[in-house]
Amino acid sequence: MSLYYVQKLIYELNRDPKVRACFENDRDTLLEAYPMTDEELAAIKQPDIGLLYVLGVNGQLLMHYAALHQIAWFDYLHMLREGLERYGQPRAGLYATLGETLPPGVQEIEQSGKHR
Amino acid sequence: MSLVFAGVCSHAPGITGRRELADPAQCHRLYAGFERMRTAIKASQPDALMVIAAEHFGNFFFNNMPPFAMGMAADYEGPIEDEDWLKIKRRQIPGCPDLSKKIIADVMQEVDVGFCEEWKFDHGIMVPLHFLNPDNSLPVIPVNINCQAPPLTPLHRAYAFGRAVRQACDAIPERIAIVGTGGISHWPATPDSGTINEPWDRQFLDHLIHNRKADLLAYTDAATYRDAGQGGFEIRTLISIAGATEGATGEIWFYEPIPVFAVGCTIAVMTVN
Repeated sequence: MSLYYVQKLIYELNRDPKVRACFENDRDTLLEAYPMTDEELAAIKQPDIGLLYVLGVNGQLLMHYAALHQIAWFDYLHMLREGLERYGQPRAGLYATLGETLPPGVQEIEQSGKHR
Repeated sequence: MSLVFAGVCSHAPGITGRRELADPAQCHRLYAGFERMRTAIKASQPDALMVIAAEHFGNFFFNNMPPFAMGMAADYEGPIEDEDWLKIKRRQIPGCPDLSKKIIADVMQEVDVGFCEEWKFDHGIMVPLHFLNPDNSLPVIPVNINCQAPPLTPLHRAYAFGRAVRQACDAIPERIAIVGTGGISHWPATPDSGTINEPWDRQFLDHLIHNRKADLLAYTDAATYRDAGQGGFEIRTLISIAGATEGATGEIWFYEPIPVFAVGCTIAVMTVN
């Protein structure tokens, strides 16, 4: 469940200047509102973009968290690849790399068989 | 009949944000395709432009994710992203609340949709508007189909939504242009960003412009993920345009894979009878 809060923090940072200001000025207080594991919290604080990706943060959110830290586009992609090398394949969410096993999110889709 | 234009286009943020990294001639051809679409929309003399998009957690999050959402605000703001990152200046975009409410109420006769009086547009809507409505002259009706967070909106419901939009437009005197915007195959914001499955794209587009409903609805999410990436889930927006133009065919005005934009860039129009 805490992946939900990691992503919610990034979602709110992306859309609310007041949250961004709080992130700049009183980060620890802000982060108390988002229950995370120690690993997630460390990855957010560093930030460890590659680990966040492997933990399952959706790339559509994560790329903006990288941009918030002034990380250029190709550096962002490089960090994702480094994360895969260091931590292995994504543990949750919709994201995997080409040729790998379907990620957990897509396995759920496949098993649901809801399409008529 | 008041649907006066129907088309589809790409919305990848790289189209504006990383344009200097693309081959200039290729970028020029894409931009010319957008300009052709802008001219065609203007010539259709619409009263409003409906953009059926696949937004990326700008407004809708896992806490409250509607399968369909439609805007009915007096105005909107975008882009939500950093202006320098997207290279689009933030601005207010006019809405049309009364017309939006009328259309939403009619669409609800067939498909359950959420409605919104507040909406910050992300690149999924702002990149198309940057090209198609640069002077804010057209009021906009934003639409979102959940293409990001499973359980995703089923394809057949996206098609039914398009039919419901058509029915709603046909019931009013105002002239409505609609544009569906989503990627075809792409792996956006991932280590595989820049990968494009061109044969898959071309087959999908062939189904789209020939409006082959059975083929369009036969894609499964697992197969789309395997062949077209998680970005391929955005075909829902294009399938809604097929639903809105059921029985009609179309024409591809531009398709070229542009890896630095992370998508096969597309401009296509459907005939509106």
